[in-house]
Amino acid sequence: MTTADNGWQQLHPKTIHVTAMTFAGLAAGTAAPFVLGFAAKAGLGLMLLIAFGGVVVVTVAAALIDLMRWRHTTYRVTDERVELRYAWVLHKMRSVPRDRVRTVDLTANPLQRVFGVARVKIGTGEQSSESSHLTLDPVSKAEAELLRRELLRRAETTAAEAPGDEIATLDWRWLRYAPVSVTTPILGAAAFGAVMQVSEWFNAQGAVFRTVRELFEGLSIVGLVAVLVAVAIVIGVVGSLGLFVEMWYRYALRREDGNLVMSRGLLNTRSLTLERSRLRGVEVIEPLGVRTMHAARVDVIATGMRQQSDNEKTDPKTLLPAAPFAVARRVAAEVIGSEAATATAVTGHPRAALWRRVRWALYWVAAPVVVLAVLGLLLTTVLLHLAWIAAVVLTPVAVFLAFESYRNLGHGVAEHHLVTRYGVGSRRTAALLRTGVIGWTISSSPFQRRAGLVTLRATTAANKGAYPVYDVGTDDGLRFADAAVPGLLTPFLEQRR
Amino acid sequence: MEPQVRLRPPANRVDPRAVRYWMTGEAISNGVVVVVLGVLAILIEPARAWLLLALGVALLIGIPYMIIMPIWRYRVHRWEVTEDAVYTLTGWLWQEWRIAPMSRIQTVDTQRGPLEQAFKLSSVTVTTASAAGPLKIKGLDHEIAAELAQKLTEVTQAHRGDAT
Repeated sequence: MTTADNGWQQLHPKTIHVTAMTFAGLAAGTAAPFVLGFAAKAGLGLMLLIAFGGVVVVTVAAALIDLMRWRHTTYRVTDERVELRYAWVLHKMRSVPRDRVRTVDLTANPLQRVFGVARVKIGTGEQSSESSHLTLDPVSKAEAELLRRELLRRAETTAAEAPGDEIATLDWRWLRYAPVSVTTPILGAAAFGAVMQVSEWFNAQGAVFRTVRELFEGLSIVGLVAVLVAVAIVIGVVGSLGLFVEMWYRYALRREDGNLVMSRGLLNTRSLTLERSRLRGVEVIEPLGVRTMHAARVDVIATGMRQQSDNEKTDPKTLLPAAPFAVARRVAAEVIGSEAATATAVTGHPRAALWRRVRWALYWVAAPVVVLAVLGLLLTTVLLHLAWIAAVVLTPVAVFLAFESYRNLGHGVAEHHLVTRYGVGSRRTAALLRTGVIGWTISSSPFQRRAGLVTLRATTAANKGAYPVYDVGTDDGLRFADAAVPGLLTPFLEQRR
Repeated sequence: MEPQVRLRPPANRVDPRAVRYWMTGEAISNGVVVVVLGVLAILIEPARAWLLLALGVALLIGIPYMIIMPIWRYRVHRWEVTEDAVYTLTGWLWQEWRIAPMSRIQTVDTQRGPLEQAFKLSSVTVTTASAAGPLKIKGLDHEIAAELAQKLTEVTQAHRGDAT
């Protein structure tokens, strides 16, 4: 690594190779459909020549731009600050105080890994401010690891916390939970969308339909739909398995200098570090499909978590993918140092909360049924039949979901955490650090007031900003809030006459 | 059995001028609807009956709302600042109590829109580190709002740490 004066260093020069090859690949990928599409008219040789020329121009241009960026970008780590400087035409300087660094995230795509470099994102964990993070894109892998350890080491780290305390590593048996996730139907549907899109580019949509129809000539429409759905499910299952492997290959969650470090990834690797002081709790999440298999996933509740961005395939807040419940329980307990999330006895909510949910469910069913029935009376009796079929099929489903949602409600107080449980389909149990509660929001609708219910929200600087306790009895809920954060609510409570 | 507890209302009402301020706001939006639908009804002859019907329905809902909502809202809206916390109650049909401890307050702002200016009113916004929204006290007298913001700013500056 080139060392300039005053400790200023350059990024890794291999970035130019990475950029050039990325753009060469992108350009070639974009050119391919055109070459194939116009080959019949203009001749394959000519098209290949044009495409090759285009790819070379794009690649050289991208490489030159990245070369200039690399030449004029320097960074340094002093005793007090991390600084990144760009000085050519436009001058930019970004500086982050070292004692405020809360995250150091390492990511590397397959090309970057081939060249042994990684992107390092250094953040202060503040959500709003512009200059709260800087990105070194890229530095060598060794330098990246060194930066992570150096920037997040704290003086208060005790010797008892041995470096590299492993909390969890990937167990390939967890693969069986991947197909029951929501990605399966999404990927299945996306596959059909992709086929339609690509065939449209080549004006071949009609041909695709014809081929499919000929392939299953003997089948009725219902049979054909069944076959297509089955194909979509198979593609979805294969896809979600593949996605799981790409995301969670070599997954390891460990404690390092008191901080949480998670590393994972098959092609794109990433290593996320969560500083201890940001931790506010954990959330154990049991989506319906996964729950029937007695498994759960664990998310972290921490300040300064990034919102899920488009290029992230999973929320960075997921600490453990769907795993057997016993594993989830152990990981949740080790992360927050208490069994609060899984062992707290939660109090259920009043019956009135159930009746509210049943009523909502019936409204949801009534809306389409009434619309169908009115249209049926005006237009055709077919819709009337649809209306009663919808009512018969949807009512039990909706009522089941209402009961399910009611059963999932609960709240409790543990030694250092408050616990709230809620969710329909996905059951979420959040254990939030009681000292991390920075306020309460208590809301009531006219219906809730009549039923003696309120919805409480414990506000926090972490994640979504608030954790709800839905439809709790007014007295019970206020006593819970008062017990969870002593003193805050007390002056505003009075006894009911 | 222990006696049941409930939240007591915060100590202070907002300024009585807030009622007229809310009414004026509603009157303006009613006026806009009347003008838009009325002009359309004059211009588009075939749809005149329907547009006038829509206008009638809008007024049938809009005028009672304009009178009832502000009065009800004024009876609900309250605020209080103690040594340790800011406590607000807002809403009318749907009501919301918010409590933020002094030590967790990050910023305090006062705002006044053009209509608030006309009634010499201000609103005070108190934000914490939570992404779930700030505490807002609307419809305060100019001077009371300024004093309140001043006091809150002083208290929060006395607290150290990043309030997360």
